[in-house]
Amino acid sequence: MSGTFVGMPAFPEAAHEAVNNPTLRANLRHATHTIRAKRAVAVSELDDWAALREAGKQIKDHTLRHLDRYLVQLEESVTAAGGVVHWAADADEANRIVVELVRATGESEVVKVKSMATQEIGLNEALEAAGIHAYETDLAELIVQLGKDRPSHILVPAIHRNRGEIRDIFTREMSEWGRPAPEGLTDTPAELAEAARLHLREKFLRAKVGVSGANFMVAETGTMMVVESEGNGRMCLTLPETLISVVGIEKTVPTWRDLEVFLQTLPRSSTAERMNPYTSMWTGTTDSDTADGPRTFHLVLIDNGRTDTLADEVGRQALRCIRCSACLNVCPVYERAGGHAYGSVYPGPIGAILSPQLRGTQSEIDASLPYASSLCGACYEVCPVAIDIPEVLVHLRERIAEGGPVTREGNKAVLKPAKGHAAERAAMRAARWAFGHPGALRTGQRLASRTRRFHPRTLPGPGRAWSDTRDLPAVPAEPFRDWWQRTQGGKDVPK
Amino acid sequence: MSSRELILGRVRRALADVPRDDTPYEQAVPRGYLREHGARSVAETVDLLAENLADYRALVHRCAAGELAATIAGLLAAHGSASVVVPAGLDETWLAATGVTRVPDRAEDTSAELDRVDSVVTGCALAIAETGTLVLDGGPDQGRRRITLVPDHHICVVRVPGQVVSSVPQALERLDPGRPLTWISGPSATSDIELDRVEGVHGPRTLEVVLVSGG
Ligand code: SF4
Repeated sequence: MSGTFVGMPAFPEAAHEAVNNPTLRANLRHATHTIRAKRAVAVSELDDWAALREAGKQIKDHTLRHLDRYLVQLEESVTAAGGVVHWAADADEANRIVVELVRATGESEVVKVKSMATQEIGLNEALEAAGIHAYETDLAELIVQLGKDRPSHILVPAIHRNRGEIRDIFTREMSEWGRPAPEGLTDTPAELAEAARLHLREKFLRAKVGVSGANFMVAETGTMMVVESEGNGRMCLTLPETLISVVGIEKTVPTWRDLEVFLQTLPRSSTAERMNPYTSMWTGTTDSDTADGPRTFHLVLIDNGRTDTLADEVGRQALRCIRCSACLNVCPVYERAGGHAYGSVYPGPIGAILSPQLRGTQSEIDASLPYASSLCGACYEVCPVAIDIPEVLVHLRERIAEGGPVTREGNKAVLKPAKGHAAERAAMRAARWAFGHPGALRTGQRLASRTRRFHPRTLPGPGRAWSDTRDLPAVPAEPFRDWWQRTQGGKDVPK
Repeated sequence: MSSRELILGRVRRALADVPRDDTPYEQAVPRGYLREHGARSVAETVDLLAENLADYRALVHRCAAGELAATIAGLLAAHGSASVVVPAGLDETWLAATGVTRVPDRAEDTSAELDRVDSVVTGCALAIAETGTLVLDGGPDQGRRRITLVPDHHICVVRVPGQVVSSVPQALERLDPGRPLTWISGPSATSDIELDRVEGVHGPRTLEVVLVSGG
């Protein structure tokens, strides 16, 4: 993944810093609670939500289980529609391919649609090193890029910045990159958005090369889809002559019809809207008499740790993720720690299971990520593709503490148990955090009650030695706190 | 070995646990979800479309076929537009009552030229009531994708009830994936600054929808 995060402290230290930053915590709390409440309303409008969620889960699972077949079909469809498909085993190769494609156009700048895949591979840095300027055009990504910062949320990457900070960044930095911020810019959101509109429009109108990701790729038809709000995506996808889309292999779905599921679940889970303002779908290039959109289309399919993740039968479900960010907004740990603490482009609960699988757990940050959770299960409940994040967290903790078989760059390897007491230390720090935050602990216990029939009789990870010779106490059907609250200590049991 | 072979090989090895007779796609994916939500009459579906469009801050107007030219002329005048982009296959009668300068949608025109035009008038492929969404598919009365993107004012005409479907599944059924598709739900918007919604960052800041009946 991107070198941006090299040298990041492990999760507990990074989180500690964030927890002590009151502005950050207030911003995050406001944002996550707002979206969370809206999402619940948007979801309740659809009385078949459970069936849509199940269909989404099965579509993605089925695709992953036959991914070789669907990738080949996708390649055929895209090629037949006039696109060119490239395959990249890792970040370096993907970056090399994109740099060469841009060079071949003779251009030295590209406009970009917000894309997690290109952040993951560090494409902007690679382009910069090759003398090519990459302009982020999503407002939040622009704020992050101008502020020489890192995104902290999947959907609202500049969630950690308030309006005053954004005004200062625009005033200070815009002139370095193109059209300066207007004189006397205030910090009202409307004025800030207008400044961004003017600054970026000049880039859109002259852009010859666009770079994007894709939310979905349809194997049957070769159709690519991007959802967005601002119209910057439409600008990058339709105005330039050349379009280069860099997409993880797991974004494939088998058929055109499958989009009917995700076009209902993604917007409602993500921005809590019935539908996001703009969705673009394109299939290769259109023929020359219509001349609509780019004349040249390149699709770069990236692996970069995905096939290793696929090799883990428990962990592979993380590849179902459609990046809606609902799990971030309900996570009590994310709400306090913020996105930067996760040390990867994928923050929050999904980051805690995806990053250590894509990158492996050699680094301290990646080994600490599966402990960045209270296992309260709220992430699983909101996930529109039903990824059992707590299950994968426990699985990864066990893997880190005990070692075991893993796949790295396609090769089978055996992971050694975490050295010394590293895992234990990470677990203990996480536990201390949870006990210091009663709300999180309570939800954790509730989940433990609800799921108790799945609990192992021995402890995973470093606790195993202890539980080898003892049975774990059964988890009660209802946490004590809940029982107390319901019955006021047994005095008022409802008849 | 090419990266293609390398990646496909890794995928196949990673899936060694998947049995050869794994449940086929048709049975693996349950389609128990609804084709549309709630039972509505045709008129109610059109009302829902109008309601949801307005909820996302599109300006909704309704008129009969005979009033369409006057309605469009009025909207262009109210917006103060001096020029309008016209897709090649737009029904000529729609613009019969306005005198603003017409700019044809031509492939050779640059984006910068398009940026100087005030408004655009198009038809649509269909509209989705449950989500308040207009779908354009590059048809003759809609033109290239960029003409509904660069000008700041978009007037979109929807024939009701003929072009209205209830739901997303019904919409996909009727669309051709081979065409370039743009789904529009309200004007361009961002919530990136402290989650305050601001309209019109890059796309048109004003979206007006004319629901025309009896056409
Ligand atoms: S894990 Fe689920 S809830 Fe989280 S971002 Fe992915 S799809 Fe959304």
